[in-house]
Amino acid sequence: MFIDPHAHMISRTTDDYEAMAKAGVVAVIEPAFWIGQARTNVGSYKDYLSHILGFERFRAGQFGVRHYCCVGLNSKEANNEALAEGVMEILPGFATKEGVVAIGEIGYDEQTALEDKYFRLQLDLARELDLPVMIHTPHRDKKRGASRSMDVILEHKLDPSRVVIDHVNEETIQEVKDRGFWAAFSIYPHSKMTAERMVALVKGFGAERLIVDSACDWGVSDPLSVPKTAALMAEQGLAEEDVRLVTYANALAVYGKSGQMAEADWLAPPPIDQRTLYQGNTVLRGGQAPRVADIDAKLD
Amino acid sequence: MSAHHPPERDVSLRMSVLRTWLAKRLSPDALAWLDGQIAIIETGDRPLQLGVAISLAPRKIGKADLNLSREEHERGGAARYGLDATDWSTDQAARILLALASFRGDDVAFAAGLERTLATAEIGEQIALLRGLPLFPAPGLILPRAIEGVRSAMQPIFEAVAHRNPYPSEHFSDAQWNQMVVKTLFIGSRLAPIQGLDGRRNAELAKMLIDYAAERRAAGRTISPELWRCVAPLASEAEVAALVAILRDGTDAERAGAALALAECPLPSARSALASSPDFAAAVSDGRITWNTIP
Repeated sequence: MFIDPHAHMISRTTDDYEAMAKAGVVAVIEPAFWIGQARTNVGSYKDYLSHILGFERFRAGQFGVRHYCCVGLNSKEANNEALAEGVMEILPGFATKEGVVAIGEIGYDEQTALEDKYFRLQLDLARELDLPVMIHTPHRDKKRGASRSMDVILEHKLDPSRVVIDHVNEETIQEVKDRGFWAAFSIYPHSKMTAERMVALVKGFGAERLIVDSACDWGVSDPLSVPKTAALMAEQGLAEEDVRLVTYANALAVYGKSGQMAEADWLAPPPIDQRTLYQGNTVLRGGQAPRVADIDAKLD
Repeated sequence: MSAHHPPERDVSLRMSVLRTWLAKRLSPDALAWLDGQIAIIETGDRPLQLGVAISLAPRKIGKADLNLSREEHERGGAARYGLDATDWSTDQAARILLALASFRGDDVAFAAGLERTLATAEIGEQIALLRGLPLFPAPGLILPRAIEGVRSAMQPIFEAVAHRNPYPSEHFSDAQWNQMVVKTLFIGSRLAPIQGLDGRRNAELAKMLIDYAAERRAAGRTISPELWRCVAPLASEAEVAALVAILRDGTDAERAGAALALAECPLPSARSALASSPDFAAAVSDGRITWNTIP
């Protein structure tokens, strides 16, 4: 069983859902993000959040994949002040909805004053609502941006054991671990992190508080990154328990702190969910362990 | 229907039925939370509280099945004709109860509040609130919400309106009703749980279904045996011929549907066709086959 704790499924096809379910992905977390094109008004944002909490959850359930969300104002769009103000008004209403496991993904892009303002406001919201947080670290000036994000989070009195720093790499992992945060790695074909480098990181730093995700979205990205990285880890001799931690259990541990995500959701869903939202995972129903061969077959 | 009562009286009776169901099943803490939210919402002082309480309901109350006893069912039916809470869960009943608590005698305000809540409702909230349609006041004003529900691409949301719900047969126009029935078959859902199906049969619907059956046949696809239920009394000789072929060559379920349809068709040719299959004719006449037994 795998969890992909960062997947923009709204941008993906049904083939992807089929492949993920077949490869043993039982749950995904869809953080609110920039959709590739700037939204010009809060109405678009409202409908986007409703979409990932509604139709996308339904779509995932049809393939036997449980779907959770993070809600938040992403850093790029924080630079549109009118939009940002509107989003901040509607966020509390969405953050308390069923299946919302964190505020996210939030953080810095260009590290502007407006980004800083709305990042801080959302950290306060997470603290008030007692929700975990998913942090997007910037692509440019990453090391200082990540460091600054962690400074601000601690300044706003959030417990680092409830905060995931995402898109971590070799340059940022040490500080993230030293300061007590969870470190997530987006395994991307051409940027961010590769499976091979990820294996080396787990060997070097241990599996504790490390999390693998695909961050699959509308760009060139791979919704099977988590099972494929797990397969490579097993092949390269990492302990089974370490693989389980970084591709399943760690994500569940931190996002489960929301009270909105539990193993029983996919292993023993309430009857009302089975009747309506969740068609059951055929891989699990068959009682088989997901096979790496299936993953490879899908790829080649 | 309880249209003779003032709406306030209906609403308070319905709230009391739902609360009684929940009181038997919830922990004291969960019930106290629910009562507290109802008290806040009833004052109307905090308009945002309805949405918050509806969102929080599952985590405060849980999602166990209601599993009503027969007596409880009957009490529901007495409070609201046709109410069918067969597969409701506790959080759904609580969400409907919370929505009812927002009614303060003003139909327009209630309908606007329901529209606002549904506009940002996640999937579970939408299912619950649409199942609540028959219990809500201002039935005419909330019709657009029901129509949006059956327009949904999410089958459980569509079915929250279409299935086990007396609202559509009471309030949908023929055009709206026909769209709902045809869509039910189109998305592979069941007709049997639709309330008032036989009473709302009409020629336009029969024509749409006959065309749909022809389209399926041309594409080499199967035709749901339930389809003929809304065609039977209005069938022409062409449909009787089609039913005769199904009765001869179909699967067991298809043959059962064809037999039921022939039995409900007034044409003499239908009677004699059914009589030529004495096993099916007997099963229909003694009630071993009904529209509810077809898988």
